[in-house]
Amino acid sequence: MTPVMEKVAVEKKVLSENDRVAAGLRRAFRDNGIYCVNLISSPGAGKTSLLERTLARFRPEERVAVLTGDIATDNDAQRIARFGFPTKQICTGGSCHVDARMVDRALNGWDLASLDLLLIENVGNLVCPASYDLGEEDKVVVLSTTEGEDKPLKYPATFFRASTLVLNKIDLLPFVPFNIQAARENARKVNPNIEILEVSCTTGEGLDTWCAWLWNRAMRAANDV
Amino acid sequence: MHEMSIATSVIETAQEEQRKHPASRVTKIGLRIGEWSGVDQESLRFCFEALVSSEKDPPVLEIEYLPRQNRCPSCNRLFRLKNFEIACPECGSSVTEPVSGDEMDIAFVELEEA
Repeated sequence: MTPVMEKVAVEKKVLSENDRVAAGLRRAFRDNGIYCVNLISSPGAGKTSLLERTLARFRPEERVAVLTGDIATDNDAQRIARFGFPTKQICTGGSCHVDARMVDRALNGWDLASLDLLLIENVGNLVCPASYDLGEEDKVVVLSTTEGEDKPLKYPATFFRASTLVLNKIDLLPFVPFNIQAARENARKVNPNIEILEVSCTTGEGLDTWCAWLWNRAMRAANDV
Repeated sequence: MHEMSIATSVIETAQEEQRKHPASRVTKIGLRIGEWSGVDQESLRFCFEALVSSEKDPPVLEIEYLPRQNRCPSCNRLFRLKNFEIACPECGSSVTEPVSGDEMDIAFVELEEA
């Protein structure tokens, strides 16, 4: 056997390229006073519905934009674009998450100085999106009452890295076995500091609180420039 | 779920190292993968082997798996997380700091004379 010529210490993160691009995005968001949110959930938890209800509550002159990620189709961008805010679909082409380079490409040509709030809807998946920094200020995870209340324990990395949990479809609580108290406790086991909001995109319950939550942060980011 | 793109990125990094030593070939790549990295080791190995399968002497992938460990800032206890509960098992403090488990690192590349 040929002797080992050299063992080279590399000490590089596998996702270092993503982290580099994300750091650039974070700088650009900060410089332009943009509050950026990365919305993560399993498929069907209601990310797109939450975005629709949110945008419906914003005045048309508000400086909001949306990037929506899916493996295929621009259906979500079409749903979102109806509200009149700048919207772009990120088609990941088979990839199970949005990465920083996709965001960077999607923002190409947009005037960042004209925005206060950027909402990024990730691909429906509770695993991989947690690993890819998009330069966002907050990761917000959406969990719905038609799922298991143990999801925070099954996908701890996502719930650990999220600053906020939005419990959606609370109008269905009387009809489903979902134990909302257990869901809250499970989320806090993994992430004691996680902020929890309850909403229903069907009845509108909790949406004013959620929108105020978002808008306060957007205004804070705009004032920090 | 994204192991193929990770395997590709690992191989690209190894090739970058190899190019710095032109008369060499890569024999081994060492990774550190954390329990909470979202990477499945078996799937990553499978993707890696598929990508290097056409080489005559494909490099070996060595994975060091790091469990999720936190340290308690109140009592300094280092502990392995059970059932993903981050509270300190010693003093009960609910806020503890991650020490390991998020890794997705390329630690080293071994090169040999070609």
